[in-house]
Amino acid sequence: MTELTASPQGAATTAPDLTLDAHFPDAVQKDTRPGYSGYLVNADKLVEVATAIRDEMGYDYLSSVTGVDYMNDGKMEVVYHAYRTSGGPALALKVQTPRDNAVVPSLVSVYPGADFQEREAWDLLGIRFAGHPYLKRILMWEGFAGHPLRKDWREPYYEEDHKPFDTRWPGGDFHRSEENNPFGTNVQYPPDFSVDGWVPEAEDAIYAGAGALKESGNGHELKTDKLVVNLGPQHPSTHGVFRMVVSLNGETIDHLEPVMGYLHRNHEKIGERNTYLQNMPYTDRLDYICSMSNNHGYALAVEQLQKAKVPERAEYIRVLMVELTRICNHMWAIGFLLNDLGAFFTPALYAIKERELILDLFEATAGSRMMCNYMRFGGVYRDLPEKFKDGDTIDFLRELVNERLPRAIDDLDTYLTNNEIIRSRCIGVGVLPPDKAIAYSTAGPVLRASGVPYDVRRADPYSIYNRFDFDVAVRYNGDVYDRYLIRLDEMRQSVRICQQVVRDLPTIGGDIMSGKLQYQVRVPASEAYGRVENPKGELGYYVVSNGKANPWRYHIRAPSFINLTVLGELCKGHKVADVVGILGSIDIVLGETDR
Amino acid sequence: MYGLGIVRGLGVTLKHFIDSYVDDFRWLGKRYTSREAFNVRQGVKGRGVFTVQYPEERLDIPERFRYIPFLLYEEGPNGEQVDRCTSCGICAKVCPPQCIWIERTNDPKTGRPIPAPKAFFIDIDICMNCGYCAEYCPFDAIKMDHDFEIASYDRTTRHIWNKDKLSKPVSYHAQIHPTDYAAEEAARAADEAKKAAKKAGAAKKAEESV
Repeated sequence: MTELTASPQGAATTAPDLTLDAHFPDAVQKDTRPGYSGYLVNADKLVEVATAIRDEMGYDYLSSVTGVDYMNDGKMEVVYHAYRTSGGPALALKVQTPRDNAVVPSLVSVYPGADFQEREAWDLLGIRFAGHPYLKRILMWEGFAGHPLRKDWREPYYEEDHKPFDTRWPGGDFHRSEENNPFGTNVQYPPDFSVDGWVPEAEDAIYAGAGALKESGNGHELKTDKLVVNLGPQHPSTHGVFRMVVSLNGETIDHLEPVMGYLHRNHEKIGERNTYLQNMPYTDRLDYICSMSNNHGYALAVEQLQKAKVPERAEYIRVLMVELTRICNHMWAIGFLLNDLGAFFTPALYAIKERELILDLFEATAGSRMMCNYMRFGGVYRDLPEKFKDGDTIDFLRELVNERLPRAIDDLDTYLTNNEIIRSRCIGVGVLPPDKAIAYSTAGPVLRASGVPYDVRRADPYSIYNRFDFDVAVRYNGDVYDRYLIRLDEMRQSVRICQQVVRDLPTIGGDIMSGKLQYQVRVPASEAYGRVENPKGELGYYVVSNGKANPWRYHIRAPSFINLTVLGELCKGHKVADVVGILGSIDIVLGETDR
Repeated sequence: MYGLGIVRGLGVTLKHFIDSYVDDFRWLGKRYTSREAFNVRQGVKGRGVFTVQYPEERLDIPERFRYIPFLLYEEGPNGEQVDRCTSCGICAKVCPPQCIWIERTNDPKTGRPIPAPKAFFIDIDICMNCGYCAEYCPFDAIKMDHDFEIASYDRTTRHIWNKDKLSKPVSYHAQIHPTDYAAEEAARAADEAKKAAKKAGAAKKAEESV
């Protein structure tokens, strides 16, 4: 098992290439706004610059694409964060475009992983991407009026631009928001839109070719029907409300189109109304299985803006919590992958049994099993409790990470790995080659199972991960089976980290918060991109501050969402029954996909 | 040999199956009644079935568990209730979903604010149980409750809790949060001692200057 994991890479030291503006003197300038970094690129040269940084400078991995509405300057800005898969910090490219006619060339031809992200930016911010192959709304439906993340767009239950709302105190005139905004009048449609006459336009075209008989050339094979199947949105295999429109030729998949947004609540708009601190409990609800690691990413982003220091003990506790979360998540992912493959709930229950103990610890420490809301800027909410389950917490942790979890992982390994049914359902199914995995911006276990040893904890170390001894798990076949195996490997590595934390924790004293407890967090006008290796992949928070109490822009690079970009490619040519397994091996959570 | 993997896997299932009966023999009929048995079963060394037969069995609620806030009042000697809340509004300002409404009391003569809430509402449908109000209250006047069984038949009228519904005595807080309560009382005593020392010092100084 161990020979398949890559040796730990050294902490990445490569600085971003500082000569980009020299390469393209007429198209690229340094972003000199205080608190900002990266380069401003002229829109007409964007594709050329992107190709150059990919091919010549090695920034082969486009992590995040998003837009910022600088309403007061009359500008829209599209922000790209590119990385080298060999490690190192980000190269941020920014393109500015007029706000009332925002058009930017699409980068899908250079980085296919930009596909869904550009569609999202079009959907939420109204930035058009010229040359995008399929620029349609992705989270909203066609009957949605406006682009909600534009700063002048107001939601139907709009109260004020920023929390805290003035009606809450000292007047306190209580009302239910439902009364202000009764059902039936709380929806607005675009001016030329009729709800009754609406037919989903793209789906029309998909269904048009259905039912045609396809005869194969030599006359010996079966005649197959073409048909379109909607998998989901209510289907147990989709792990939530998620739909896949699958065009089939017989049983073979010709085309698969993911349809999402059923759980969309515009987390980012809510985030921009909130104060910095108020966002923390909302991040719990993104990937609701891993609230601890969501907290961590957001805390890191705001700490970058604040330039806050985190005390030693808090860092250790954070790492412990995040790694335990990773174990929970992978247990869950493996259990539910097996559900999807038809081993109904016995493996899932065996896997998530260990999760109960971890969640009990979260509850005793943070106050809640899943919505932990545990981390604060500059530390954590509370120290670990001294007593837990009739004993000392540290004894519990020792038993858990040294005995119980390794045993449970081995158990799962014996139980599933060599099972012939699983092997025949998984090996060679949904193969993702490494170049494609990088091009499509997949992250986390999906990327590493394709032979790319890219782990943010090693590639661009944050927190105190460079102190721990662990390997970046990597597998080389890129199929469903390897995506299952890599989760076992990663759990073993997480256990290793936890063992080191638990070994050192009693010797590390001191505070768990730096600075005074304050509810009004103010940061200087600047930008920050905080990213963590979430169990599902790289989770990034792009936060822009304008110096006020609320973030001006708050964007989430959601790994579940971006990993789905490649789903259609993965499923092509496979049988319809494999879709479920392939989707299960990507491991998505709809709270994060739809935001 | 083909099929060996499945057989091995079934061995794991068999182990789990046997483990689920170990407790029955170990506690001989007391598996569901003895608290000790329950704790061992739910502990880190527990083997076998992990299920809690709620509501007959319940896990202990950890002290930090948080659910819907409540307001604290001190019980006076004659049974009167003295609110700790000063209606400073910090909880309403820090509340992420903005589910707290506070009406401040104003002196009817002077019109100046009096540190006591006239009305206090929490819409518990909106409350996300984040615990910020309790965490940031400078007067320990609002705390998170442990009572999570609050289902009701009418969401439009029963889920807006007013001050009466929200208020609970300090003794209740002491009971569900013993560690926190002890720490708060210790901090308060230290604070008062400091104040008293300062006062005494000031008085002494005044005496000396006379």
